[in-house]
Amino acid sequence: MSKLGLDFEKVAKARKLAKNIADDVQGFVEQYTTVAVERTLCRLIGIDGVDDNQVPLPNVVVDTLKDAGVLGEGVLFFIANAMIATGLNPQQIAEQVAKGELDITKVETRDSKQIADALQPIIDENINKIRARRARREQYLNTIGEGPKPYLYIIVATGNIYEDVVQAQAGARQGADVIAVIRTTGQSLLDYVPYGATTEGFGGTFATQENFRIMRKALDEVGEEVGRYIRLCNYCSGLCMPEIAAMGALEGLDVMLNDALYGILFRDINMQRTLIDQYMSRIINGFAGVIINTGEDNYLTTADAVEAAHTVLASDLINEQLALSAGLKEEQMGLGHAFEMDPELENGFLYELAQAQMTREIFPKATLKYMPPTKFMTGNIFRGHIQDALFNMIGIWTNQGIQLLGMPTEAIHTPFMSDRYLSIENAKYIFNNMRSIGDEMEFKADGICRNRAKLVLDNTITLLEDINKEGLFTALEKGIFGDVKRPMNGGKGLQGVTMKGENYINPFVELMKGKN
Amino acid sequence: MSEGLYSMEAKDFDKTLDLTKIKPYGDTMNDGKVQMSFTLPVPCGAEAVEAAKLLMKNMGLENPSVVYYKELTPGFTFFNCYGSCQHTVDYSTIYVPKVESNVMDMYETDEFIKENIGRKVVIVGASTGTDAHTVGIDAIMNMKGYAGHYGLERYEMIDAYNLGSQVPNEEFIAKGIELGADALIVSQTVTQKDVHIQNLTNLVELMEAEGLRDKMILVCGGARITHELAKELGYDAGFGMNTYADDVASFVVAEMVKRNMK
Repeated sequence: MSKLGLDFEKVAKARKLAKNIADDVQGFVEQYTTVAVERTLCRLIGIDGVDDNQVPLPNVVVDTLKDAGVLGEGVLFFIANAMIATGLNPQQIAEQVAKGELDITKVETRDSKQIADALQPIIDENINKIRARRARREQYLNTIGEGPKPYLYIIVATGNIYEDVVQAQAGARQGADVIAVIRTTGQSLLDYVPYGATTEGFGGTFATQENFRIMRKALDEVGEEVGRYIRLCNYCSGLCMPEIAAMGALEGLDVMLNDALYGILFRDINMQRTLIDQYMSRIINGFAGVIINTGEDNYLTTADAVEAAHTVLASDLINEQLALSAGLKEEQMGLGHAFEMDPELENGFLYELAQAQMTREIFPKATLKYMPPTKFMTGNIFRGHIQDALFNMIGIWTNQGIQLLGMPTEAIHTPFMSDRYLSIENAKYIFNNMRSIGDEMEFKADGICRNRAKLVLDNTITLLEDINKEGLFTALEKGIFGDVKRPMNGGKGLQGVTMKGENYINPFVELMKGKN
Repeated sequence: MSEGLYSMEAKDFDKTLDLTKIKPYGDTMNDGKVQMSFTLPVPCGAEAVEAAKLLMKNMGLENPSVVYYKELTPGFTFFNCYGSCQHTVDYSTIYVPKVESNVMDMYETDEFIKENIGRKVVIVGASTGTDAHTVGIDAIMNMKGYAGHYGLERYEMIDAYNLGSQVPNEEFIAKGIELGADALIVSQTVTQKDVHIQNLTNLVELMEAEGLRDKMILVCGGARITHELAKELGYDAGFGMNTYADDVASFVVAEMVKRNMK
């Protein structure tokens, strides 16, 4: 039953259009692989570490194939043949490739049965590692439990992973449920994942497997101390999307920003590349029990939050379908939306409330990610704190899944320890004080809120009909989302895309997809 | 802990405004009242409060008063404080360099270009270096603009190209040449560890090396940018908080006329 009087037949129609759009993309994606997907497979069979020049071994191996023009056959085909020929494991093979002692493109080729048999044990080993990670999370949730929804999500961003630990543990003690380690600016455009613990970064900290491990351990410690499981969030986006998914799956991350559309629009990453990468990354995230977050909120930082509200819903619907086709459960979908209207707007709160309630009703099972005001945060920290309070009221009122806490000092600096304290206090006060307001309040028939939701849904259907006619790629070229136009063959990373060849294999898709 | 509250003590200081010796104003001229908050890396307790007061005294605040404190996590205590500032500044002799142009609105600027330049002005903008934020450059360039000020894309007589974020300086300059830019405008949002200074300096150096610095107007902007800083770094102008497309466009077209760029 809709509190907003939504017409669920219209919702079903919108969803069907989104499915058509996503299926069209999916048909394209499945024919290709990328350097990032192949590096991911390297990591999933245990290849890690760097060569003498600090180049990660997955890059060394994959670049060898790319340079030889055989990337389309896939890394597993060559590694498996090399394993049979040399008796070495994948890590040893990668090390030999790095030293120039072995050319894996020149070893004897075996038949598909022999290849599958050679890979099976090492694949099982790593799949089991990810399963164990997932079981560990479930064990924590069944014993120490978790905070009530909306989860309080805060960021740490010192650049130094060890300093981040101090900030993160402080945040958890103050009440945070999710700690996101913001990445250093520019990492999304690196076509490799740096190695080891890092202590320098701009506006954030490098995502590395070692940094994941350090923070996971710190959050487990503080979680046991406060009696609440603390989730760890990072960024499965940019040119290393699926690699970071694999690293996160192996190290027990819980939440991942994971949205190709965001990368296309806001990082100018090539749309073909990132949609292919996204498919593999979402399969891994699905299997690892990770909640993905999508980036629709960002549309409203460039486009107007009132006029472009329907683009957010349209994109959420498409993202839902793309996630379903990668085997993600609805509960793992942190579809994004935001509180970004101009605070000077009369009745703006009511429009925001209507849209948040609408999103909740259209995606009833999703762990919706609700983003705080950023565009109209001015440096007036006192008003900013109130804007965040209004945002928090809607979060609890409409039962959002993840409340990304706004900071009064948004637009000034990455948060101080005290900024997080003030924001967490703000949210906890409001969530407790207004806990059941959503159950108590109804929306007036033909009132501002109901009419707003109806309008946004109608506009969404019109937009989805347009996208469905021309396809998602063309829609992106025309600047439908966020007023940003991106060409099909433009942006970063297209040279890393290749069509799958005859010998191509990726057993992980079969083993992981939907197996959660 | 709030001994300063509701004080009945006589205010035995000169209450006349003297612009050569100004201090903060709470509710009485020259009371010097300042509010501040900070965190000290010490555990919560009487010693922490005393440390906060001593620190404020060192900052030149009389009657320091800690009105609220809270341990954020073991070993870190947060304070809200008030005090009376003893220091003064001479307001009457302050000189701050400002962008000197009459700010025109969009219609006036378009008219000005038609009359004084006689062709479309090409402005290329980007958020350069590793900066991933487009909010600043979008506020200035996007058709819709920001806070009621139309962006450069809407100007009839301006060809505006917004290259977006994370544009390398080399690429930015190359695009500027390709498009025949009269002005390059750079936005910098991330300022942690002064990354914006390094990046802005690098752009000027590249332009000088290419012999382009005098051929194009070069301006920068961002919440932490001031005109003074911009001039120091070798830019023609800098636009900080509360400046809009109007300010940027007015400066660029006036500067073009001044330099006789037609």
